[in-house]
Amino acid sequence: MSRVHDMGGRYGDPAVIPEPQGIVPIGPEWHRKALALTLAAGGLGAWSIDTSRHARESLSPKDYARFSYYEKWMAALADLLVAKGLVTEDELAAGTADPAEPHPKLFRAEAVGPALKRGSPYARPGAEPAFAPGDRVRTRLPARNTDVPGGHTRLPAYAAGQTGTVILSHGAHVLPDANAHGLGERPEPLYTVAFAAADLWGEAERAGDEVTLDLWQSYLVPA
Amino acid sequence: MPHDHPDHPHSLLPSDPALRVKALETILVRKGLVDPAAMEEILDTYERKVGPHLGAKVVARAWSDPAFRDRLLADATAAIAELGISGRQGEHVVAVENTPNTHNMVVCTLCSCYPWPLLGIPPAWYKSDAYRARAVREPRKVLAEFGVTLPDGQKVRVWDSTSEVRYLVVPMRPKGSEGLDEAALADLVTRDSMIGTGLAGASR
Repeated sequence: MSRVHDMGGRYGDPAVIPEPQGIVPIGPEWHRKALALTLAAGGLGAWSIDTSRHARESLSPKDYARFSYYEKWMAALADLLVAKGLVTEDELAAGTADPAEPHPKLFRAEAVGPALKRGSPYARPGAEPAFAPGDRVRTRLPARNTDVPGGHTRLPAYAAGQTGTVILSHGAHVLPDANAHGLGERPEPLYTVAFAAADLWGEAERAGDEVTLDLWQSYLVPA
Repeated sequence: MPHDHPDHPHSLLPSDPALRVKALETILVRKGLVDPAAMEEILDTYERKVGPHLGAKVVARAWSDPAFRDRLLADATAAIAELGISGRQGEHVVAVENTPNTHNMVVCTLCSCYPWPLLGIPPAWYKSDAYRARAVREPRKVLAEFGVTLPDGQKVRVWDSTSEVRYLVVPMRPKGSEGLDEAALADLVTRDSMIGTGLAGASR
């Protein structure tokens, strides 16, 4: 029932390879274009970040594993453009399209600076939190979207059914499980919950090590 | 919504990634869905303006100004805005301070969430399957691959960025840096030290 992107704790991956400090060079020209196209098309406002994450997660496991980072972005972008009716499958197959007037919500160069500087806050007015820092909570088991089978959720499988302690309370945030699927923002109290690494993995590298996750209230029950 | 059928629309595009991007760019620009000048503006932002030098300014200020440090730890989003820092993928920021008792380290196991306005575009290793899979289960082994060995008394707390909250690690101020001004201190703050895979003052 898990998806391929949910890889926290997985065995078998190689060593991590550090890179020089400083601003990261974006890489070959097509990486630059992929980044810029994704952000520029995102500026149309036709989908949310949750929908866009779900599109990447919905790539077939084979594609997800073989695609590099920006290939995943491109594939998800193409799928979203078709899903939202902005581009047709015929146009994708042809690799071109008939010229058209600028879209009314075209993300123009002069809007880029202010929009990137502003971002899109996800905090919303919402219910008072049911939990407070110090409370013990248990996470949903199994990790799943309870509205949409196979749908988007931000509870990783490795943290499902685990008991931890609330350490931060962030107020209400947009619920990705709903927002990714066009079911509304349904803001819920969001918490940071700390888990003992020994509970998550059976054994910690060192006693006392912890992992924290940001979790929405509906992912949690009192423990 | 994309569906789980075997032939996603993206498979209609050329398989070579460079050609695939070119085809998408052609379609989007011709249809009036993307402004090429906006693409240049986006790249200029993340190739020249926004990067870890901004996060380093925040850390150097926190080391030099105890009142700022307190505000940073209480509400980092407001504190970084004092330095003109805000924006996409940094709408809700929490600063976590390393101490002799606790070393903090940040990952996003589900995708690659990262505090862009403070650190810029994430490095390839941060987005790698290896880091995403391993950082939560064996952070000390991963740290060793960065040349970092923690003292026995220091616990590791790994922050898995599963929401729109973004975490900035405030590394410990290096010994011997007492006389330095903020600009010199900022030079000691590496990108990796603000993710928690490095220590401030280290060359890598």
